[in-house]
Amino acid sequence: MIKFDNVSKIYFDKLPALRDVSFKIEPGEFVSIVGHSGAGKSTLLKLIIAEIMPTNGQVYFEDVDVHSLKHRYVPELRRRIGSVFQDFKLLPNKTAYENIAFTMEAAGRPEDEIDVDVPHILDLVGLDDKYYHFPFELSGGERQRVAIARALVNQPDLLIADEPTGNLDPLTTHEIMEIFKKINEIGTTVILTTHNKGVIDKLSKRVITLDKGHLVRDDKEGRYVI
Amino acid sequence: MIKLKRVIKSGLTNFWRNSAVAMASILVLTTTLFVVGALILGSIFLESTLTGIKDRVDISVTLEPAINLTLVEDLKLELEALPEVKTVIYTSPDEELATFKERHSDNPLLMQSLEEVDNPFGARLAILATDPSQYDAVTTFLNNYDQRSTAGGSNFGVIDQISYKKDVVDKLLAIIDTSETIGLTISVLLILLSILVTFNTIALTIYISREEISVMRLVGADNPYIRGPFIVEGITAGVIASVISMFLLYPATLWIRSVTAGVYGGIDLVSYYVSHFPVIFVILLVSGIILGTVSSVLAIGRYLKV
Repeated sequence: MIKFDNVSKIYFDKLPALRDVSFKIEPGEFVSIVGHSGAGKSTLLKLIIAEIMPTNGQVYFEDVDVHSLKHRYVPELRRRIGSVFQDFKLLPNKTAYENIAFTMEAAGRPEDEIDVDVPHILDLVGLDDKYYHFPFELSGGERQRVAIARALVNQPDLLIADEPTGNLDPLTTHEIMEIFKKINEIGTTVILTTHNKGVIDKLSKRVITLDKGHLVRDDKEGRYVI
Repeated sequence: MIKLKRVIKSGLTNFWRNSAVAMASILVLTTTLFVVGALILGSIFLESTLTGIKDRVDISVTLEPAINLTLVEDLKLELEALPEVKTVIYTSPDEELATFKERHSDNPLLMQSLEEVDNPFGARLAILATDPSQYDAVTTFLNNYDQRSTAGGSNFGVIDQISYKKDVVDKLLAIIDTSETIGLTISVLLILLSILVTFNTIALTIYISREEISVMRLVGADNPYIRGPFIVEGITAGVIASVISMFLLYPATLWIRSVTAGVYGGIDLVSYYVSHFPVIFVILLVSGIILGTVSSVLAIGRYLKV
């Protein structure tokens, strides 16, 4: 489903963020990418959704080289990949309901589907009583649930999450991770980056370890080892 | 269709929720449109005043008292045939005498001496040119005409006197020209300045939303769908601003009427404003919409590249 082929990324002639990284991710996998801050984890995810261009190498999403896509086809790619970010990236002037509806509207989904799916997905992430709250009226955990609901509502083939629990307390972290596991169980491929050792060790799923831009480990049922 | 509905709804909702930011856009747009409206009305007032002054400038030709009326009629027809001439007004010797008597009725000596002679006045032609700059051509024509009639065998010319204050007319022409140039330059500068301020303000309001725009990109919205609501916001601000500036222009015309009450030839701006309300409103509305749209489109462009 995802293939990195000798990918390097250098920001403005500084130290490389990624160096000759190659790996494959199959459909249905749950992959954690770990490493210190600055190891290149976020860069790797940004490359998948074509937010940035690689300096060298190719990134494939289902046989499509995502960086050869024309600018106007990028939104289509992003609708097939749900993204969750550490800072949630919710639209501040829209309610929880509207934030999710926006993603469906942008994908051109009809009104009746939106009316059914948005409440459904909000209930699923446990926000059935917060439909009309604005992001500033929600707690960090609740915001991240909205963000996850938004990432899932278009039924993506792949979910990527960049430090999704970085701003959350341990209990909320546990709840959010349970949601990710459920999503993976129904067949969605999940890639998440984290430097939370507890999270990784409890998952016992595939772990890719980055260090200073190099891929140093790739373990089938990995633990957090740095 | 459904997309358009969503874009409009989203634009209006954003406009309402970001009311503080929207107020800033409305404020600068109102200022710009008020300036545009005031300049339109001002130029119409200036134009009417200048036309009034121009129409006061004429050439007065006094004809020899002895010539017969057919000659006068001929000259009048020839003058009217000239492209430079707008109108020729004929005053008969009797009318001239009557006017003179009326003006000097309190001078018994003059009245008495008039009684003793025949009507000393010749007929008079008042010539109004299409443009004050044409008076030189008209005077040349009249001088030539006089010479021709003398050469043609008459003992005397047809024309007794051509009265035309060349220096005054030239000065007036210069003043009119200068006021038109200054008026135009100031208008263009003011409009450019207001457009610049408007554009910058709208660019700032969109700058505030740059994070939001990048989030929209990241969750898969395409550029037209992101741009749409911002354009709707720009149009809404333009429409509201044009309505406000129409309201503001009314007291402005009242004020101009009161301070220019004594100015010759100026039209009544208040009644002009009232009778031309739809036209002025449409001009401001269209300007507001174009300004709001173009500013939004230009300002948002740079944030759509993520």
